[in-house]
Amino acid sequence: MTRPEPVQVIKQRRDAMLQSLIARVPYIQFLGIQMERHGDELTAVLAYRDQNIGNPMIPALHGGVTAAFLEVTAIMELSWAMTWEDMEAGKITDQSPRILLPKTIDFTVDYLRSGLPRDAYARARVNRSGRRYASVHVEAWQDNRSRMFAQATGHFLMPQRGD
Amino acid sequence: MTDAQQTRQDVLARQFIEAIPHAQALGMKITEVGAGRAVITMPYDTKLIGDPETGVIHGGAVSALMDTCGGAAVMSHPDGPMGTATLDLRIDYMRSAKPGDMITAIAECYHMTRSVAFVRATAMDADTDRPVATATGAFSVQLGARQ
Repeated sequence: MTRPEPVQVIKQRRDAMLQSLIARVPYIQFLGIQMERHGDELTAVLAYRDQNIGNPMIPALHGGVTAAFLEVTAIMELSWAMTWEDMEAGKITDQSPRILLPKTIDFTVDYLRSGLPRDAYARARVNRSGRRYASVHVEAWQDNRSRMFAQATGHFLMPQRGD
Repeated sequence: MTDAQQTRQDVLARQFIEAIPHAQALGMKITEVGAGRAVITMPYDTKLIGDPETGVIHGGAVSALMDTCGGAAVMSHPDGPMGTATLDLRIDYMRSAKPGDMITAIAECYHMTRSVAFVRATAMDADTDRPVATATGAFSVQLGARQ
């Protein structure tokens, strides 16, 4: 019987894969979004930056930044779910494999309260993921998990995998 | 509203947009604003790439442009709002924007009540016959002393 892999080896492999996924999207770096991982669960973190302000009088986060943050979170959740499957099945051997990203078909953002000038968090839930289309819901909050400041639903065209 | 009032309203709309730090970070420029209609451009920049395989900019950057343009259209409406914020925005992505092309958004505030403004917007690259994305949104309206 083979011994299971040490926990730090597994963690290191999963974290490296996640970082390689986000590191190559320049726009994610531009907004300053990072991904935190617990098992396969992702939480996106939008660190506060002055350049993400939309209304300097209040001040509040730009509605477009909030929309982009939610969309990035949704796309990453879908990509991560696909990557996770392949990674755990040992199908990915490359250090930074070529991963095709889903394409947004439509995205509807519901602004519940203004985004405060501090860090924001978001989690996405894939409500349906078929061979061609996926439907994803995203929630974003700041200080209190139970007080969302925005939520969104989007539909995505899934990349066609050559298998 | 007189012509002088409308001009003042247009100047207010331009100032409102040009003071937005994120609009500056994205290099947005107002090319036209007035009477509930706004046209804003955003140059192509490699830092906005969402798909590293193709160099296509991220949909989020297009959303930010359309949201800003919608806000500018609301601010320039003849009813003279003093401030606005997005309540909801739906974006339909018809195709990928061509890498290297500047994006132009046109927004129109087609109806305004005392508390809500309704907006339609279109985003295009150099091929203006085939829009990249369209959006519809509802914005809050803060009316000032003049009503």
